[in-house]
Amino acid sequence: MMKAEAAGQRESSLSGSFGRHQSRGFAAEAAALADEKETIQVTFVDKNGEEKQIRVPMGVNMLQAAHDNDIELEGACEGSLACSTCHVIIMDQDLYDKMEEPSDEENDMLDLAFGLTETSRLGCQVVASPELDGMKLRLPAATRNFYVDGHKPEPH
Amino acid sequence: MYANENEEEGGGAKRAQDAGEATNASFLRFAVVGSGPAGFYTADRLLKTFQNAAVDIIERLPTPFGLIRSGVAPDHPETKAVINQFSAVAAGERVGFFGNVTLGKDVSVEELQQLYHGVVLAYGAESCRTLGAPGEDLPNVLSAREFVWWYNGHPDYVSLPVDLESAETAVILGQGNVALDCARILLRNTDELAKTDIAAHALEALRKSKVRRVLVVGRRGPAQAACTAKEVREILGGGLATGLKDVKITIHDSDLQTTALDQEEMKASRTHRRVFDLLQKAASRPPPAGATKELEWVFFRSPVSFYASKDEQGKQTVGGVRFQKTRLEGGGNGRSQRAVGLAEFEDVPAGLVLRSIGYKSLPVPGLPFDYQKGVVPHQQGRVLSSEGASASASGAPAGEVPGLYVVGWLKRGPTGIIGTNLIDAEETVASIAEDAKRGLIGGFDAARQGGEGLRLLLRDKGVTHVPFEGWKRIDAVEVERGADKGKPREKMVDVQEMVKVAGSTS
Ligand SMILES: Cc1cc2nc3c(=O)[nH]c(=O)nc-3n(C[C@H](O)[C@H](O)[C@H](O)COP(=O)(O)OP(=O)(O)OC[C@H]3O[C@@H](n4cnc5c(N)ncnc54)[C@H](O)[C@@H]3O)c2cc1C
Ligand SMILES: NC(=O)c1ccc[n+]([C@@H]2O[C@H](COP(=O)([O-])OP(=O)(O)OC[C@H]3O[C@@H](n4cnc5c(N)ncnc54)[C@H](OP(=O)(O)O)[C@@H]3O)[C@@H](O)[C@H]2O)c1
Ligand code: FES
Repeated sequence: MMKAEAAGQRESSLSGSFGRHQSRGFAAEAAALADEKETIQVTFVDKNGEEKQIRVPMGVNMLQAAHDNDIELEGACEGSLACSTCHVIIMDQDLYDKMEEPSDEENDMLDLAFGLTETSRLGCQVVASPELDGMKLRLPAATRNFYVDGHKPEPH
Repeated sequence: MYANENEEEGGGAKRAQDAGEATNASFLRFAVVGSGPAGFYTADRLLKTFQNAAVDIIERLPTPFGLIRSGVAPDHPETKAVINQFSAVAAGERVGFFGNVTLGKDVSVEELQQLYHGVVLAYGAESCRTLGAPGEDLPNVLSAREFVWWYNGHPDYVSLPVDLESAETAVILGQGNVALDCARILLRNTDELAKTDIAAHALEALRKSKVRRVLVVGRRGPAQAACTAKEVREILGGGLATGLKDVKITIHDSDLQTTALDQEEMKASRTHRRVFDLLQKAASRPPPAGATKELEWVFFRSPVSFYASKDEQGKQTVGGVRFQKTRLEGGGNGRSQRAVGLAEFEDVPAGLVLRSIGYKSLPVPGLPFDYQKGVVPHQQGRVLSSEGASASASGAPAGEVPGLYVVGWLKRGPTGIIGTNLIDAEETVASIAEDAKRGLIGGFDAARQGGEGLRLLLRDKGVTHVPFEGWKRIDAVEVERGADKGKPREKMVDVQEMVKVAGSTS
């Protein structure tokens, strides 16, 4: 995972007019202060199948939560809905069904997500709320051999 | 103990140094050629995979980031945020940046192979496909790649002869995302563009532009369009904050009739299905009140030739494009249909033509190259020799060039978004890690001096390289110049000036 916070805020504040951006750091502090009622439990399953349980304060999105907990989730556009590198897979179909539908803009980026599934979402758009307590998220595993000879992967 | 992914990043560098000093044998030196997304993602993955490695990034321009800087449209600032991550990678202790150094001119593949244990080529695709059609070289028939480099201030195309003042209609050939970027720049209100990092010369020319009508022409139908939904939504306006305003969208109903095969193709591709839906909805939407410009989607037309006309001063320029009407053939069983000519022709007048039919990579002397596909031949990122023949002395499998790798557009061809290069980099770095484990690369070799050796070599050749701190000086000056104009930056477009600013100490 590459962390963006070290580098200048400039390019990201540029996105202010078009996109949205939340400061990092805040979540860590919030997590420390919050009592259990104000956080939910989320489990991330990494590419190797290893699980990590974290607590996420209400209102914090999963990209930010991952970064605050040293979980390798990419976020090329820093949460402004212009990439799809923050792709996560909700492991519980029932929970996915209960979630608010992705917006058109999120679906536009999901179109291009690598290894898209029926329960895929963009991590930067999934915000901690009470209904999501206990959520399990999987990071898509890269398939080797996929790109040989300029094969154009097309999410279905 | 090469692939050591579980170690913490911070302590890794020091440990690597210790190990390197102690034995020198376990210290690996990598060169990555090209500083676009493929190059930077590869550098990042190499550093994480090998705690005992140093990576030097070699870039022909004094400025890093490849198409993030010179390709991504100026009105898409949020896409460029990835520059923050890449800058953090470049700031790492084990990373060197050699800007203003061109592979094939200032340094050869062979020289890099002598200095580094592994060389990863990530120099992108800096040429483009042509049609080979009569009249293609007429004035104001330009490739989209050149036009994009021009409006994004790439030093090579600052003085592109683009005339926007004698053209009312522009034709863009191709319906990929690059075509839509060009259409947006031609049609977007210049007061909006003035707040972006668009090059000053381009903004000035666009302010005087007479182009009112842009035709985006595809040889196939709306079910096969190569663009993606976000870009379509934006160009169709539709009340989106970042959408085009004051532009009438024309899409002909007759083009929206689909066949069973079209339906099958769309069922198999979420992107195509969603793009089609957007086009269909836009076709029936009334134009915005007071629309002053028009964007027309033209389907089932294949360009055949370009004809000339005289501009107001009597100079010869392009007058229009002759198209052949097409229909779709083939397809089924997961294959997509292709366009075939109907031998019916149509002339479309246009004073500006942008050919946006795809990019192509360039060969470099001493490097295997597949001229037909325009890529470096490879197996999971390992470069294959052109002959594909004899097994090397090092014991690498037949046809593989040991220690030479490829990634990004140079490897896959010119398709895919920024994130695609990340998955791609992971594949190439996994191959490198396997090779290191098998002992095909690495091991002590006094000649492999990495960055130190490269610095000496460049000094001997009289090449001034720009380190990352040099780029940061350029960056600071650009931002300062931009602030005066309410722009995020005003790009420097002259390499000499860049090198001078990079070398200044104040
Ligand atoms: C016009 C345009 C707009 C795009 N917009 C978007 C977008 O909005 N969002 C998105 O996700 N994707 C976008 N893409 C796609 C994305 O830019 C590419 O997927 C990506 O840049 C390819 O990465 P790369 O590193 O292989 O090549 P590049 O980004 O082209 O990087 C290659 C680098 O190598 C350097 N180089 C070339 N030759 C040499 C040499 N001989 N020696 C040393 N260095 C050399 C170049 O200067 C360059 O810095 C766009 C592409 C284009 C063409
Ligand atoms: N915002 C973004 O995310 C963004 C922006 C820009 C670029 N990119 C990416 O960068 C990549 C390159 O984009 P691109 O637009 O250059 O390529 P592209 O998506 O491959 O589109 C090429 C277009 O040219 C047409 N074409 C090719 N050969 C032709 C010929 N001989 N005659 C007529 N038409 C021809 C193709 O039509 P056919 O389909 O019929 O072949 C297609 O419409 C793409 O993957 C794109 O998604 C992304
Ligand atoms: S971080 Fe780019 S879309 Fe989520």
